[in-house]
Formats: sequence, structure tokens, C-alpha cells
Amino acid sequence: MKHLISPLDLSPDELSDLLALAEDIYSSPEKYSHCCQGKKLATLFYEPSTRTRLSFEAAMLNLGGSVLGFSSADSSSAAKGESVADTIRVISFYADICAMRHPKEGAPLVASMHSSIPVINAGDGGHNHPTQTLTDLLTIKNLKGHLDGLTIGFCGDLKFGRTVHSLINAMVRYPNTRFILISPKELQIPAYLKEETLDALHIPYEETTNLEAALPKLDILYMTRVQKERFFNEEDYIRLKDTFILDKQKMQLAKDDMLVLHPLPRVNEISTDVDDDPRAVYFKQANFGVYVRMALILTLLGIKVEK
Amino acid sequence: MLNIGGIQEGVVMDHIVAGCAMDIYHYLELDKTDACVAIIKNAKSNVMGKKDIIKIEGKIDFDFDVLGVIDPNITINIIKDGVIAEKRKLNLPERVTNIIHCKNPRCITSIEQELPHRFKLTDRTHGIYRCEYCEQKFKKD
Repeated sequence: MKHLISPLDLSPDELSDLLALAEDIYSSPEKYSHCCQGKKLATLFYEPSTRTRLSFEAAMLNLGGSVLGFSSADSSSAAKGESVADTIRVISFYADICAMRHPKEGAPLVASMHSSIPVINAGDGGHNHPTQTLTDLLTIKNLKGHLDGLTIGFCGDLKFGRTVHSLINAMVRYPNTRFILISPKELQIPAYLKEETLDALHIPYEETTNLEAALPKLDILYMTRVQKERFFNEEDYIRLKDTFILDKQKMQLAKDDMLVLHPLPRVNEISTDVDDDPRAVYFKQANFGVYVRMALILTLLGIKVEK
Repeated sequence: MLNIGGIQEGVVMDHIVAGCAMDIYHYLELDKTDACVAIIKNAKSNVMGKKDIIKIEGKIDFDFDVLGVIDPNITINIIKDGVIAEKRKLNLPERVTNIIHCKNPRCITSIEQELPHRFKLTDRTHGIYRCEYCEQKFKKD
């Protein structure tokens, strides 16, 4: 039984196959529109997430399958104190595959240990969000044409931003990647990521608080929101939330072919006047998210379609 | 200088970080053993300044390697016939269950009490263990 709990669960070859499948679905979606007929996806969302849940549901519906599930812990048996292990044992009888989001880190891993259907981690607290990483990789691969040799700037909350940690771990597997990490001092990437990944693999990176100075060097700018729900102290959140705002003026400093990605939702870290810039691809990125989830569902269910 | 007599058969755990002997005492559930146990706290040490020592008289059967998770520098001396028969070096185990506990308030183990606390060794050189669920590094208090 194959699950997707961490972005690194897929080997580079498996990842390459998955992205190729996603691109094929993107170019000829009609070929795949009935291949999950009779299959059910359970979306087990213990905390609200409109985008990710609807993206999973759209993916399964696009494949001709059906969906069932819940969208908050209050409307699930978790409110009665049921454990994740018991919930997944039961859901395994109702669905063929499931996507789980949970506020507690490691909950999808616990589910995968007790599940008889594939479990996809749809985000566990501040830990992993592998399908966002797959979305990011597909966006970069499709729009840049390659994943190697890129200078990637991460900006905003790099401490709690799980999408950032996951994408760093995924991108270090490609040659000649370099990172520029732009954040307030309080929200720098965790020390373990520097020590055990970047330093251990000798990946070039720099840390800065200056977005303007970094912009001209970047091939990709990955903006992130400072997430209120990750702070125990609201004062810190208010102090840090507007540190970096990307606007039209700052975009003039960037290369003509730089791409701006954002996992969304955006609050005000990207000014709306950037939206019309062809380099702003965060809405395209959300679209790619559906295709990569379609490819993932097919892969985990073992359904093959002639390319 | 306080004197504690030697033992004929048993184990001496030496070079325990001062103040940690009771953690090991509780972990090994020495309170439940009938064996004679001596805990020496804050003994003088040329290398460590101060150290704790535990002496256990009698035959005992422990998986000493898991002590390495708590403190990799502990020395285990197996005593037979009043002399050190074996000095055992601790090998850090790849995985440990319910030896140490995850303190990350965001970890699933913080709300699901029945889950075993599972840690894996991610850096042997520095003796770093991470929670298998949330990947938080284990830190001693």
C-alpha cells in the first residue's frame, strides 16, 4: 500500500513520472475523465481548508469518481473523541482513497499505519503539505521547463511555513539549486533545516531581510503568508505580518522571466496590482494543483491510462 | 567523602550527568526491583566536575542501549566476582518506543494519549532523535 505522507515519499523517478502524468492530464484532460468511475475519495478535513479540499474534490470529480467526507473536526466523530486510527479503519470500508488534513502533526502518518486504503497527507499542522509541494514542482516544471539550476527565493514566514520547508527538501534533489531566504529574523527557517539539509548537502544559500536586493537574482520568488494560526502570541503576529509586501514597483527589479509563486490564500503580502503581471503565476499554480492531485490519485490507485 | 561499598555481582552505571540519576532510576523502574540499588549524586569527577553513579547489586537484565538515548556518555560496568568483567559502550538504537516523549504541543501524540511515542535516530554523530510523527528533535529538559 502506497501512501503520500511526506513530499520525500516519492523517489526522484516516481516524482518525474507523476509530473509527466500530470502534464499529460493537463494537455488532454478528456482522456482521463472516466478512469475513476466507481471510485470514491474521502476528504477527511479536521480543520478548514477551502482550497485544498475543493482541489482534491475537483480532481476526483474530473476523473469521473465521487467524493465524500467532512470539512471540520466539529462535524466529524473526532468531536466525540474518536482517535484518528479508529476513524481511518472505518473510512477504509467506505472509500477507495482518502485525503486527510489535520491540525496535529503526524496525524496522517498515524492514519496510514491503520489504513487499508491509500492515505494522502493534505496538510498536518506546520509539518508537511506534500500535495502543495507537488503543485509547486509541477508549476515550476511546466512554466520553466526544468527543475535544475534555479535560484529560488522564499519570502515571508520561513519558520512556520511548511510549504517552504517541503519545497526546499524537494528542490535540493535537483542539481545547481540555490536559495535566497528572505524573512524577518524571527521567522527564519528552522536551524535543523539549515544544518541537516542545506549545510549537510552543501547547498548554496543566503539569508537576508532585504527583498529588493534579492529580487534581481531570482528565477523563482515563492511568497508566503504570515499565518495567524501558527502563532501562540497574537502580538508577534501583528508585529510581523506586513514585513514584506511585493508590489508592482518591486517587480521592476525582477528578471523578465522570474516567476512569482504563492501557495495561497494571499492576504496582503502580494499587492493586487501584481496580479496582471505575466510573471505572477499563483493562480495558474492553483490550477496545476488540481492536475497534480489527479495524477496522484491515479498513481496511488494504480490506475493506468495510455498516454 | 561518602563511601559506598563495592559490589560482588551487578552493574555500575558511571559518568551519568549530575542530576540525571533519578531519570534513569525511574526509566529502568528500579523502584520495582528487589535488588540493592545505590544512587550517588554529585560525585567528584575529573572530567565532568560532578557526576551521578548508580550501583545495582545482583543479576539484572536490561537493554542498556536505550540509556544512550537519555545520555550517550554513560559507562556501563558489569561487575562479576567484585571486579569489572566488562565495560559496555552504548550503541544508539535506530528506533525507540516509549523511552522518551515528544513535547511538541502540535504533535498528534499531544492529543492521542494511547499512541506510542516513537523516535528514530536521524543523526548518529550528534545522537539526534526525532519524533516519527512530527519530526521534532528530542530535547532533554
